[in-house]
Formats: sequence, C-alpha cells, structure tokens
Amino acid sequence: MDKIRYERPIIQKMNTGLMNKFGTRTEYEPVTHIEGVTVKSLINDYGSPLFVISEKQLRRNFQNAARIFKTRYPKVQFAWSYKTNYMNAVCQVFHQEGSWAEVVSGFEYEKALNNGVPGHKIIFNGPDKSDQHLISAARNNSLIHIDHYDELYTLIKLSEEHHLKPRVAIRVNMDTGIYPKWDRFGFNFENGQAWNAITRIINSVNLDLVGLHCHIGTFMLSPSAYATAATKLCELTWGIREKFNKTLQYLDLGGGFPSTNTLKGAYLPGSDTVPSIDQFADAITDVILGYGFKQEDLPLLILESGRALIDDAGYLLGTVLATKRLSDGRRATILDFGVNSLFTSFWYEHKISPAQVFGQHTEEMVLFGPLCMNIDVIRESITMPLLEKGNHLVVHKVGAYNMTQWMQFITLRPNIVLIDMENNTHVIRKAETLEYLEQNEQIPDHLKYNTLK
Amino acid sequence: MKLKKNIATSGEGFIFNPGNGDSFSTNEIGTEIIGMLKDETPPQTIIETICAKYDVDQNQFERDLDDYLSQLKDYTILE
Repeated sequence: MDKIRYERPIIQKMNTGLMNKFGTRTEYEPVTHIEGVTVKSLINDYGSPLFVISEKQLRRNFQNAARIFKTRYPKVQFAWSYKTNYMNAVCQVFHQEGSWAEVVSGFEYEKALNNGVPGHKIIFNGPDKSDQHLISAARNNSLIHIDHYDELYTLIKLSEEHHLKPRVAIRVNMDTGIYPKWDRFGFNFENGQAWNAITRIINSVNLDLVGLHCHIGTFMLSPSAYATAATKLCELTWGIREKFNKTLQYLDLGGGFPSTNTLKGAYLPGSDTVPSIDQFADAITDVILGYGFKQEDLPLLILESGRALIDDAGYLLGTVLATKRLSDGRRATILDFGVNSLFTSFWYEHKISPAQVFGQHTEEMVLFGPLCMNIDVIRESITMPLLEKGNHLVVHKVGAYNMTQWMQFITLRPNIVLIDMENNTHVIRKAETLEYLEQNEQIPDHLKYNTLK
Repeated sequence: MKLKKNIATSGEGFIFNPGNGDSFSTNEIGTEIIGMLKDETPPQTIIETICAKYDVDQNQFERDLDDYLSQLKDYTILE
C-alpha cells in the first residue's frame, strides 16, 4: 500500500483582536518551471544555489521600454548600464536590441569595447576615470561625462598634450524635490556650478560639448522628479544655444527607474505601488517636447535604465539546508544562499516561492543564509509552506545588481545560467572554485610551510 | 507525556485550552498525534504508527515529533 505524503506536524496559536486589513501574504503558489525549464532539472544540472536569467524576459523588457519612449518622442537611445549586470551574455542581449553601453569604470569601459561596442556608442560616466582611460575614450570618440572640476581640467590638459578633441557632456546634479539629493556627482544646477563648467568647456578649444547628463537617484518612485530634471536640462540647453549659438546633440536623463521589487519597510508590495515606465516616459517627453525646441533641434533622448529592464528576468534558485526553532519559538529556515550572493536582500523584501507542491498549511518563519554571521538574513518574516531540508526555493526579481555586487565571502559564487529564446540553457558564468579564488594570491617563501603535523 | 485533562480537541485539528482561553489549530498529522497523546500512547508507538502510515523516515519524524512536543509544552497543552 502506498504511504501518504508526509507533512511535519505543526500547531499554530489562533490570535484574536483586530485583523490586518491586508491579511498575511503567503508565498504559497509553487514555481516549478522557469521559461519551461523545471527548477529541479536546473538544480540537478547546474547545482544549488543557481542564478538563472531569462533572455526572453530581457528582450521583452527592453522592447517594451523602447516602444513606450519611441511612441512618445522621435529620437530615443538606450544605453545599457553595465554596473547593473555586466555579464557579457547579458550585455550582448541589450546590444543586439540596439542599446549602447553606459560604463562607470575603466574595466567596464574595456568590457564594452571587448563586447564589440563601437567607441562612439559608449557613454563613460563616473567620478573615477584614469588618465589612460580618458585618453582611450577620447581617441575612441566615446561620450565622456565629466563629473567634477578636477576631471574637467585633467581632460583639458590631456587633450592639449595628446592633440585630442573629446566629445563631452557634464553631469548635472539638481534639486528635483526628492530626498536624498544626489549632489555628490556632477556639477550643481542651482548654485551656477553647472553653468560655469559649461562655459569653461565651450571656451576650451579642445573639448566638444555635445550633451548634458543627469542621474537623479535610484529606485525613483516619483515620475515628477524626472519632469523637473528634464526641465532644468532643457533650461541649460536653451541657454547654451542663446548664449553660445551652440545646439546640443543629446540630453541623457540617466536611469533610476524602479523595478517592481518591494523595498524594505514599504507598506504595500512594489507591484502595487511602483509607477510604470509609461509614467516616467510621459513626465520626461512632455517636458522636452513642450519646451519650445524646433523639430530639427530636438535633442536625442538617452536613457541609462538598468534595474527596470533586468530585475524580473533574474531568479535565484536555492535549497533548504535545515530548519530549526529559535528561542522565542519562531521557525527558522536556513538556505544555501545568503546575503553574500543575494546582496539586494539588504534592500528588498524579495518575493520567494517554493519550487514544489505543498499541503495547505503554512507557517511564519525567518529565512537565514548559510553564513556564520548574524546579519545573514534573507527575509525577517515570511509565511511559507512547511519547508524541509532539501526543498527548493525560487527568489524572484534578482537580475539587477546581484551579479555585480555579490561578495565572495565564506562561500563561492555560484553558476549563472541563461535560458535562451528556445528555452535552451547556457552557463554564462561558471561557479567559482578554490583554484580561481587563489589564483591571484602569492605566498612569501617563509610562509610556504608550517610545522603542524 | 500526556495531554492535560481539560484540553478540548476536535477531529478537525482545533484545540482549546479552557484554563487560559487559548485556542490552536494543528494539521492532519498533528491531529493524529494529539489523539494518541490523549490516549496516553507512548512516544515509540506514535513514531511507529506515523512512520508506517506516512512517507517519512524514522529519524526525520523523531526530530519533527520532538519539535512538536516542545511546542505543545510551551503552549501548556501537555501535563
């Protein structure tokens, strides 16, 4: 006779009092497949934990965002934000879709070149550009976005010495009515710093001012802040034309559009509260189109959106290592991935689903990672089915920033698999090994042995 | 290891402690265990009965039973 499916015994105290009007969210619906591939086979073939990226979703997201902007404004260009996820396979998906590259460091710049992005389609942002990379970017005709006066004067000097005429923009910071104000990057609009920098560039014979850039923040929840930013950039653009008879080629509104993840401390889930890309597009394009530029003088609108284009295309699969009860009676579940792999768990209440069918009973629990660190908490409170050792879980919307900000700490970084348009799987970054980890280490001769036996 | 005499239980997994007014719900296996505890069934017999009926190995169930009994104790349901 077949035995009945087992579910461990649980008892739950029934509470009386006022009910939470939203009830308790239960991550109950199992996610057994990702793009038609079973979670079980992915873990069997590539190990656990495992990052999985859906190429279909990447392309869907890009095409959707491009359609939204291009149906509102005649000249739109996306530039893939390398820092959001610079796996080459991911970058190439966006480049195939027509994205330029937006990089913020020397190695990202080289990565973009190695990915075959023409120099003139690379936007070089950030406060840390070495002389060598500035020269290289100028020779490649890349768009150099100047962050501070030291960089401006360095670039002027390098251009004179090496007979270069780099195409540049300045990054402008401004008050858009949001907090915190990102005034540590670029030149300030309100105190006239931005205008001074513009004047200095235009008076320089070696620099060619071709655009203006801003990036007002990250995970922005207010489309109106973008309208303010667009207005201030248009004001500068208009002033440049009036005063210097120079028409700028582009306005780069940066990135910062949110994904539908839920920020820690948020009252409602992100999927219910985050503005759509349409709202951001309306806010930006209404301002530029309505500012008074002639049709032929309308600047190219560049967008450096990262998170909104990739977050929901990434999944992290993992396995339950153990369950236990804490001293206060709460259930604790220990997973094989921690904050070292899932860096964004510091910011988000990630949606996490079981990967197999369970009974109807659920319990509240804490999800811990495997690190020997008290901070290694993936979810402080989540209602899940009765998990047991060996069960698999799926963490949703992990495509942005995890595969770049992850830490090699205590455990090695796992495989990353891409599921392509035909649902074939490809490893796009191999799991790290001890050999990989130690390849840059060097041991002085006197430390090559010890006397332990 | 037995249930307090005044604890009321139902076959559907509802448990009521008239001593302090607390009420609880338990799942199917929990209901079976509560029933056996009511009859003062020894733990070893509970383990054998459940492992014969459900798809679980003995080590796993012993561990889960320990946890369950400690919760019953915390909730002052056991004597």
